[in-house]
Amino acid sequence: MSDDHDDSAIAAQVRDLEAVLEEKGLLDPRELDQVLEAFAAKSSPANGFRVVARAWTDDGFRTRLLDDANEALPELGLSMGGGLQPQVLHVVENTADVHNVVVCTLCSCYPLSLLGPSPTWYKSPAYRSKVVSHPREVLEQFGLTLPESTRIEVWDANAESRYMVLPRRPDGTQELTEAELAGLVTRNGLIGTAAV
Amino acid sequence: MPRTNDVGGLDGFGPVVEELDEPPFHHDWEAHVMAMNRALIGQKVYNLDEFRDAVERTMSHESSYYENWFRAIRTLLKEKGVV
Repeated sequence: MSDDHDDSAIAAQVRDLEAVLEEKGLLDPRELDQVLEAFAAKSSPANGFRVVARAWTDDGFRTRLLDDANEALPELGLSMGGGLQPQVLHVVENTADVHNVVVCTLCSCYPLSLLGPSPTWYKSPAYRSKVVSHPREVLEQFGLTLPESTRIEVWDANAESRYMVLPRRPDGTQELTEAELAGLVTRNGLIGTAAV
Repeated sequence: MPRTNDVGGLDGFGPVVEELDEPPFHHDWEAHVMAMNRALIGQKVYNLDEFRDAVERTMSHESSYYENWFRAIRTLLKEKGVV
Protein backbone atom coordinates (compact mmCIF):
# COMPACT_ATOMS: atom_id res chain seq x y z
CA MET A 1 0.00 0.00 0.00
CA SER A 2 1.26 3.46 -0.88
CA ASP A 3 1.97 5.94 1.87
CA ASP A 4 0.17 9.27 2.20
CA HIS A 5 2.84 11.20 0.34
CA ASP A 6 2.59 8.96 -2.72
CA ASP A 7 -1.16 9.16 -2.63
CA SER A 8 -1.25 12.95 -2.61
CA ALA A 9 1.14 12.94 -5.58
CA ILE A 10 -0.94 10.52 -7.63
CA ALA A 11 -4.18 12.23 -6.59
CA ALA A 12 -2.80 15.46 -8.09
CA GLN A 13 -1.78 13.64 -11.28
CA VAL A 14 -5.27 12.18 -11.62
CA ARG A 15 -6.85 15.63 -11.16
CA ASP A 16 -4.49 17.12 -13.77
CA LEU A 17 -5.36 14.45 -16.33
CA GLU A 18 -9.07 14.88 -15.63
CA ALA A 19 -8.72 18.62 -16.32
CA VAL A 20 -7.00 17.93 -19.66
CA LEU A 21 -9.65 15.38 -20.67
CA GLU A 22 -12.46 17.74 -19.68
CA GLU A 23 -10.91 20.46 -21.82
CA LYS A 24 -10.85 18.07 -24.77
CA GLY A 25 -14.49 17.17 -24.18
CA LEU A 26 -13.65 13.54 -23.40
CA LEU A 27 -14.76 13.68 -19.78
CA ASP A 28 -17.78 15.28 -18.20
CA PRO A 29 -17.17 16.22 -14.56
CA ARG A 30 -20.75 15.14 -13.76
CA GLU A 31 -20.05 11.73 -15.21
CA LEU A 32 -17.94 10.60 -12.28
CA ASP A 33 -20.83 10.57 -9.85
CA GLN A 34 -23.09 8.84 -12.35
CA VAL A 35 -20.52 6.14 -13.04
CA LEU A 36 -19.91 5.55 -9.34
CA GLU A 37 -23.61 5.48 -8.51
CA ALA A 38 -24.29 2.97 -11.28
CA PHE A 39 -21.33 0.88 -10.15
CA ALA A 40 -22.57 0.82 -6.54
CA ALA A 41 -26.18 0.12 -7.54
CA LYS A 42 -25.37 -2.78 -9.84
CA SER A 43 -22.66 -4.47 -7.79
CA SER A 44 -23.68 -6.05 -4.54
CA PRO A 45 -22.90 -9.36 -2.88
CA ALA A 46 -26.54 -9.40 -1.74
CA ASN A 47 -27.36 -10.43 -5.32
CA GLY A 48 -25.11 -13.47 -5.06
CA PHE A 49 -26.58 -14.32 -1.63
CA ARG A 50 -30.10 -14.33 -3.13
CA VAL A 51 -28.99 -16.62 -5.96
CA VAL A 52 -27.54 -19.11 -3.49
CA ALA A 53 -30.60 -19.08 -1.22
CA ARG A 54 -32.89 -19.70 -4.20
CA ALA A 55 -30.70 -22.57 -5.39
CA TRP A 56 -30.83 -24.11 -1.91
CA THR A 57 -34.62 -23.96 -1.77
CA ASP A 58 -35.61 -24.61 -5.38
CA ASP A 59 -34.07 -27.64 -7.06
CA GLY A 60 -35.37 -26.68 -10.48
CA PHE A 61 -33.65 -23.28 -10.22
CA ARG A 62 -30.47 -24.94 -8.94
CA THR A 63 -30.38 -27.24 -11.96
CA ARG A 64 -31.00 -24.37 -14.38
CA LEU A 65 -28.38 -22.23 -12.63
CA LEU A 66 -25.69 -24.90 -12.88
CA ASP A 67 -26.67 -25.65 -16.46
CA ASP A 68 -26.77 -22.07 -17.80
CA ALA A 69 -26.42 -19.34 -15.20
CA ASN A 70 -26.93 -16.48 -17.68
CA GLU A 71 -30.33 -17.94 -18.57
CA ALA A 72 -31.31 -18.57 -14.92
CA LEU A 73 -30.36 -15.20 -13.38
CA PRO A 74 -33.27 -13.24 -14.90
CA GLU A 75 -35.62 -15.40 -12.79
CA LEU A 76 -34.35 -13.28 -9.88
CA GLY A 77 -34.30 -10.07 -11.88
CA LEU A 78 -30.52 -10.29 -12.26
CA SER A 79 -28.25 -10.49 -15.27
CA MET A 80 -24.60 -10.57 -16.28
CA GLY A 81 -25.16 -7.63 -18.63
CA GLY A 82 -24.60 -3.99 -17.84
CA GLY A 83 -20.83 -4.28 -17.74
CA LEU A 84 -18.41 -3.16 -20.41
CA GLN A 85 -18.76 -6.43 -22.30
CA PRO A 86 -20.96 -9.55 -22.07
CA GLN A 87 -19.72 -12.29 -19.78
CA VAL A 88 -20.58 -15.94 -19.40
CA LEU A 89 -21.19 -16.95 -15.78
CA HIS A 90 -20.43 -20.46 -14.60
CA VAL A 91 -21.77 -21.45 -11.19
CA VAL A 92 -19.77 -24.29 -9.64
CA GLU A 93 -21.33 -26.35 -6.86
CA ASN A 94 -19.59 -27.50 -3.71
CA THR A 95 -20.42 -31.07 -2.67
CA ALA A 96 -19.36 -33.47 0.06
CA ASP A 97 -16.38 -34.45 -2.12
CA VAL A 98 -15.49 -31.29 -4.04
CA HIS A 99 -14.76 -27.72 -2.92
CA ASN A 100 -14.48 -25.01 -5.56
CA VAL A 101 -12.44 -21.81 -5.43
CA VAL A 102 -12.21 -18.98 -7.94
CA VAL A 103 -9.25 -16.87 -9.06
CA CYS A 104 -8.15 -14.74 -11.99
CA THR A 105 -4.45 -15.50 -12.42
CA LEU A 106 -3.98 -12.91 -15.18
CA CYS A 107 -5.70 -9.93 -13.60
CA SER A 108 -8.86 -9.52 -11.54
CA CYS A 109 -11.84 -10.91 -13.51
CA TYR A 110 -14.74 -11.23 -11.10
CA PRO A 111 -18.57 -11.26 -11.29
CA LEU A 112 -18.99 -7.73 -9.86
CA SER A 113 -22.75 -7.63 -10.30
CA LEU A 114 -23.22 -10.65 -8.02
CA LEU A 115 -20.32 -10.25 -5.59
CA GLY A 116 -19.88 -6.48 -5.33
CA PRO A 117 -16.52 -4.72 -5.63
CA SER A 118 -13.67 -7.22 -5.42
CA PRO A 119 -11.43 -7.22 -2.36
CA THR A 120 -7.76 -6.26 -2.68
CA TRP A 121 -6.62 -9.75 -1.72
CA TYR A 122 -8.45 -11.21 -4.74
CA LYS A 123 -6.45 -8.87 -6.99
CA SER A 124 -3.15 -9.46 -5.19
CA PRO A 125 -0.32 -11.43 -6.82
CA ALA A 126 -0.03 -13.40 -3.55
CA TYR A 127 -3.51 -14.93 -3.95
CA ARG A 128 -3.42 -15.23 -7.73
CA SER A 129 -0.08 -17.00 -7.81
CA LYS A 130 -0.59 -19.35 -4.91
CA VAL A 131 -4.18 -20.52 -4.98
CA VAL A 132 -3.52 -22.46 -8.19
CA SER A 133 -0.43 -24.24 -6.87
CA HIS A 134 -1.23 -24.53 -3.13
CA PRO A 135 -5.00 -24.10 -2.79
CA ARG A 136 -5.26 -26.00 0.48
CA GLU A 137 -2.62 -23.77 2.08
CA VAL A 138 -4.31 -20.59 0.86
CA LEU A 139 -7.71 -21.72 2.12
CA GLU A 140 -6.15 -22.39 5.51
CA GLN A 141 -4.93 -18.78 5.59
CA PHE A 142 -8.61 -17.86 5.35
CA GLY A 143 -9.40 -20.19 8.23
CA LEU A 144 -10.94 -22.86 6.01
CA THR A 145 -9.49 -26.29 6.68
CA LEU A 146 -10.90 -29.00 4.43
CA PRO A 147 -10.66 -32.75 5.00
CA GLU A 148 -7.81 -34.39 3.04
CA SER A 149 -10.46 -36.39 1.20
CA THR A 150 -12.06 -33.23 -0.27
CA ARG A 151 -10.88 -32.48 -3.77
CA ILE A 152 -10.27 -28.80 -4.44
CA GLU A 153 -11.09 -27.44 -7.89
CA VAL A 154 -9.67 -24.05 -8.82
CA TRP A 155 -11.41 -22.06 -11.57
CA ASP A 156 -9.43 -19.41 -13.44
CA ALA A 157 -11.67 -16.60 -14.66
CA ASN A 158 -10.93 -14.58 -17.77
CA ALA A 159 -12.24 -11.67 -19.84
CA GLU A 160 -15.21 -13.64 -21.17
CA SER A 161 -15.93 -16.12 -18.36
CA ARG A 162 -16.71 -15.52 -14.72
CA TYR A 163 -17.27 -18.02 -11.90
CA MET A 164 -19.31 -18.08 -8.72
CA VAL A 165 -19.29 -20.85 -6.13
CA LEU A 166 -22.53 -22.37 -4.89
CA PRO A 167 -21.68 -23.29 -1.29
CA ARG A 168 -23.19 -26.27 0.50
CA ARG A 169 -26.30 -25.54 2.52
CA PRO A 170 -25.39 -25.75 6.22
CA ASP A 171 -26.94 -28.56 8.25
CA GLY A 172 -29.84 -27.69 10.52
CA THR A 173 -31.23 -24.92 8.30
CA GLN A 174 -34.40 -26.70 7.14
CA GLU A 175 -36.64 -24.29 9.03
CA LEU A 176 -35.10 -21.11 7.65
CA THR A 177 -36.81 -18.94 5.05
CA GLU A 178 -35.12 -18.07 1.77
CA ALA A 179 -34.29 -14.59 3.09
CA GLU A 180 -32.80 -16.04 6.27
CA LEU A 181 -30.73 -18.48 4.23
CA ALA A 182 -29.41 -15.60 2.11
CA GLY A 183 -28.23 -14.03 5.37
CA LEU A 184 -25.96 -17.01 6.03
CA VAL A 185 -23.96 -16.60 2.83
CA THR A 186 -20.76 -14.55 2.71
CA ARG A 187 -18.84 -12.92 -0.12
CA ASN A 188 -15.89 -15.23 0.53
CA GLY A 189 -18.24 -18.20 0.35
CA LEU A 190 -19.10 -17.16 -3.22
CA ILE A 191 -15.38 -17.05 -4.10
CA GLY A 192 -14.66 -20.29 -2.27
CA THR A 193 -12.38 -18.96 0.48
CA ALA A 194 -15.08 -19.68 3.07
CA ALA A 195 -17.38 -22.69 3.46
CA VAL A 196 -20.58 -20.62 3.19
CA MET B 1 7.74 -15.25 -22.40
CA PRO B 2 4.83 -14.76 -19.98
CA ARG B 3 3.94 -11.19 -19.16
CA THR B 4 4.47 -9.72 -15.69
CA ASN B 5 0.78 -10.10 -14.89
CA ASP B 6 0.79 -13.87 -15.54
CA VAL B 7 1.54 -14.98 -11.98
CA GLY B 8 -0.32 -18.31 -11.71
CA GLY B 9 1.84 -20.84 -9.88
CA LEU B 10 4.76 -18.48 -9.22
CA ASP B 11 6.38 -18.27 -5.79
CA GLY B 12 7.59 -15.32 -3.78
CA PHE B 13 4.58 -13.04 -3.36
CA GLY B 14 4.18 -13.77 0.35
CA PRO B 15 1.04 -14.61 2.29
CA VAL B 16 -2.47 -13.57 1.27
CA VAL B 17 -3.54 -10.67 3.47
CA GLU B 18 -7.25 -10.14 4.02
CA GLU B 19 -8.48 -6.70 5.06
CA LEU B 20 -11.68 -6.93 7.07
CA ASP B 21 -14.57 -4.58 6.15
CA GLU B 22 -12.62 -3.31 3.20
CA PRO B 23 -14.15 -0.29 1.40
CA PRO B 24 -14.54 -0.44 -2.42
CA PHE B 25 -11.93 2.30 -2.75
CA HIS B 26 -9.19 3.24 -0.30
CA HIS B 27 -8.65 6.72 -1.74
CA ASP B 28 -10.87 9.12 -3.61
CA TRP B 29 -8.47 9.18 -6.59
CA GLU B 30 -8.97 5.44 -7.09
CA ALA B 31 -12.68 6.01 -7.72
CA HIS B 32 -11.76 8.81 -10.13
CA VAL B 33 -9.42 6.48 -12.03
CA MET B 34 -12.12 3.83 -12.33
CA ALA B 35 -14.70 6.34 -13.54
CA MET B 36 -12.20 7.96 -15.94
CA ASN B 37 -11.47 4.58 -17.49
CA ARG B 38 -15.17 3.79 -17.97
CA ALA B 39 -15.71 7.22 -19.55
CA LEU B 40 -12.78 6.84 -21.97
CA ILE B 41 -13.94 3.37 -23.03
CA GLY B 42 -17.48 4.76 -23.37
CA GLN B 43 -16.11 7.56 -25.60
CA LYS B 44 -14.30 4.90 -27.66
CA VAL B 45 -10.91 6.52 -27.03
CA TYR B 46 -9.77 2.93 -26.53
CA ASN B 47 -11.54 -0.35 -25.91
CA LEU B 48 -11.53 -2.79 -22.99
CA ASP B 49 -9.10 -5.20 -24.65
CA GLU B 50 -6.65 -2.38 -25.33
CA PHE B 51 -6.94 -1.33 -21.70
CA ARG B 52 -6.30 -4.87 -20.43
CA ASP B 53 -3.33 -5.16 -22.74
CA ALA B 54 -1.95 -1.83 -21.52
CA VAL B 55 -2.29 -2.90 -17.86
CA GLU B 56 -0.56 -6.19 -18.58
CA ARG B 57 2.40 -4.67 -20.39
CA THR B 58 2.95 -1.67 -18.09
CA MET B 59 2.05 -3.07 -14.66
CA SER B 60 4.42 -3.40 -11.73
CA HIS B 61 3.93 -5.63 -8.71
CA GLU B 62 5.36 -2.74 -6.68
CA SER B 63 2.38 -0.57 -7.57
CA SER B 64 -1.14 -0.81 -6.19
CA TYR B 65 -4.01 -2.04 -8.34
CA TYR B 66 -5.31 1.41 -9.28
CA GLU B 67 -1.80 2.83 -9.70
CA ASN B 68 -1.37 0.21 -12.41
CA TRP B 69 -4.68 1.23 -13.95
CA PHE B 70 -3.66 4.89 -14.01
CA ARG B 71 -0.31 4.06 -15.62
CA ALA B 72 -2.11 2.04 -18.31
CA ILE B 73 -4.57 4.87 -19.01
CA ARG B 74 -1.76 7.41 -19.35
CA THR B 75 0.19 5.06 -21.62
CA LEU B 76 -2.77 4.54 -23.93
CA LEU B 77 -3.62 8.25 -24.09
CA LYS B 78 -0.02 9.03 -24.97
CA GLU B 79 0.20 6.29 -27.60
CA LYS B 80 -3.02 7.43 -29.20
CA GLY B 81 -1.87 11.04 -29.25
CA VAL B 82 -4.72 12.23 -27.02
CA VAL B 83 -2.43 13.93 -24.51
